[in-house]
Amino acid sequence: MSEVFTTAVMIAVVASAIRLAVPLLLASLGETFGQRSGVLNLGVDGIMLLGAFTGYYTVLKTGNVWLGLLTAGIVGLFLGLASAVIAVTLKAEQGISGIGVYLFGLGMSDLLFQKLVGTPIPIDTFPAVNIPLLADIPYIGEMFFQHSLVIYLAFAAIPVATFVMNKTTFGMNIRAVGEYPDAADTLGVSVSGVRYATEIIGGTLAGLAGGVLAITLGIFQQNLTNGAGFIAIALVYFGAWRPIGIMIGALLFGFVNALVLELKTLEIIPRDLSNIAAMAPAIITILALVFVARRFRAPSALTKPFTRGK
Amino acid sequence: MSINLSSKQRRYLAYSIPVLAVFAALLFGAIMLVLLGANPFEGYSEMFIGAFGSGDALIATLLKATPLLFVGTGIVIAFRAGVINIGAEGQMVLGGLFATMAALYLPEMPAVIMVPLVLIAGVAGGALWGWIPGALKAYYRVNEILSTIMLNIVAVQLMAYLLRGPLIDPAEIERGTRIPQTARLVESADLPILFGDRLHIGPVLAVLCAIATYYLLWRTPLGYRLRAVGLSEHAARYAGIPVRRTIALALTLSGALAGLAGAVLVFGSESHRMVTDGSTMGFTGGAGFNGIVAALLGGLHPLWTIPASFLFGGLIVGGQALQRAVQVPSALIVALNGLVVIFVVAADRYRAKLLAVDTREQTSTEPGSDDDPEDHAATGMGVVHDAAPDGTHSFDQEGPS
Repeated sequence: MSEVFTTAVMIAVVASAIRLAVPLLLASLGETFGQRSGVLNLGVDGIMLLGAFTGYYTVLKTGNVWLGLLTAGIVGLFLGLASAVIAVTLKAEQGISGIGVYLFGLGMSDLLFQKLVGTPIPIDTFPAVNIPLLADIPYIGEMFFQHSLVIYLAFAAIPVATFVMNKTTFGMNIRAVGEYPDAADTLGVSVSGVRYATEIIGGTLAGLAGGVLAITLGIFQQNLTNGAGFIAIALVYFGAWRPIGIMIGALLFGFVNALVLELKTLEIIPRDLSNIAAMAPAIITILALVFVARRFRAPSALTKPFTRGK
Repeated sequence: MSINLSSKQRRYLAYSIPVLAVFAALLFGAIMLVLLGANPFEGYSEMFIGAFGSGDALIATLLKATPLLFVGTGIVIAFRAGVINIGAEGQMVLGGLFATMAALYLPEMPAVIMVPLVLIAGVAGGALWGWIPGALKAYYRVNEILSTIMLNIVAVQLMAYLLRGPLIDPAEIERGTRIPQTARLVESADLPILFGDRLHIGPVLAVLCAIATYYLLWRTPLGYRLRAVGLSEHAARYAGIPVRRTIALALTLSGALAGLAGAVLVFGSESHRMVTDGSTMGFTGGAGFNGIVAALLGGLHPLWTIPASFLFGGLIVGGQALQRAVQVPSALIVALNGLVVIFVVAADRYRAKLLAVDTREQTSTEPGSDDDPEDHAATGMGVVHDAAPDGTHSFDQEGPS
């Protein structure tokens, strides 16, 4: 075993853990905004898939990765808006309507891919940006400072999200609407307005997460996310609705995934057991949910549509 | 928009709302078909013929409706007890696996014993996979939506592991093809055929389960407890009902029915073996999700879920016919399926509201007729506002928000 965990392997695992964490991180941050305002969006995976396809297709046609990211975000924005119409205006049962959005995204992204592309053609990926000086530090540089720009930006989004949530009026409104919608409403905060805003933020980030995933991998295929959107939702609970907790969770999951991948390529895990290893994230999540449910409380208005005076 | 309706009319309208939602989704689908360069009229007429147009089509629809009805009935139980079961996909998989293992490892027995045994094994598998999130919710306050989604992921990996490894058909290893599937299971476990060469007893079992569930929910103390917990946990606890145990039980029963659906899928299949393509939907055909829609279509009533499942089964069988006829990728059906879920779920609140108005009018005292909408909104929106004194019902008004 000892020759397996060489420094080179560990460095590769950590670096790939960070890359794998980013789509989860972005989608999960977006979902946090929604949940903090009292809306559970279960359709994240579907939005990610459509964002991923859009990003992939744009890069395929234009060769511009940033344009790909932009279009992925825009598609996510509109799907976030649609989710808001379903959950906020139509007041659909959020535990189920999101499954519909997921199935729609799953089918639609595959349909578009088959109609417009057909065979998987690799696309350009984000160029790596070496941070001056830091990237040259042995080991550390390779693990943390030789990533693409989106990776750095995604991590930079965490303090921003924390700041917005805790220190701005908008953030206060989000939390008020998620905990005491009646009180917020009495004080003149538009409950629907805030929830529309958070769903649009969530959708946009989910679309971006899909775009990042496709453009990092340089490929699209049916069900590219493989349930990452659902893990992202679970991460919100895992991180107890706090951006920093979500980052830790995303990194942990990125690490588990990277490790499993690496062990598979090195053929440490026999083929037969790779399915057992693939259960790990889901089982860890369930255990984490037990732990989190004991210590933290979900926003009290989560999944409850708001009707004035009720 | 205000419409004057008698309570009977309102009830009919309430039950037709989910059906209208399905049509709305199909209208959306028509637009997609046009964009794909297909003729929607041709597509939908193929769909109807494919679902209901011949004896074979009807049998295919009945068989497709069977898992929907099992799952849908289970969803009704969970819903009535106030829990949402998104885990029927995984519960079906576990039911299929348990039943398959029973058939593989039990000694050879006559069909009259074997068939019930494998079905009971399926029930046990599904019940286990329902009990886990049920107990986690009841005793550890873990959100059942998340835990069931995670258990779906675990189930699909477990299925892939078992069908690639311990349960694989030895012939697959000999040939080196290694398709993840079991050998043909013992013939004594085949579901008895009622008619022709495909129509097995599954649909009958499903209908019996739905009737039994109706009886359970409305004619037994247990059903009363389940519904009481769903209506108000607080009141149920005050009345001395063991709320936690009841919640765990609701998900267990819901899972048990999904497990039975999984077992019926295996032993009613034409190949009489369990196969996986590496996804839950490859095994369930999405019945774990669509069963929820069937239950909503049926107004969360076990008996109405019977025709609702039949209709929805027709939609799925017809969808496949449509896809073959106008030659669009099958992914369209998945996308359309998603739209149906969204539309039916979004419409469900209006259905519930119409029915709520009904009970209101019979039981509550009316607010003064000079109340303006503003006041209704302030004193108790939703139901009260909708039960305006003159019996009008407003569809599109949610009060001044």
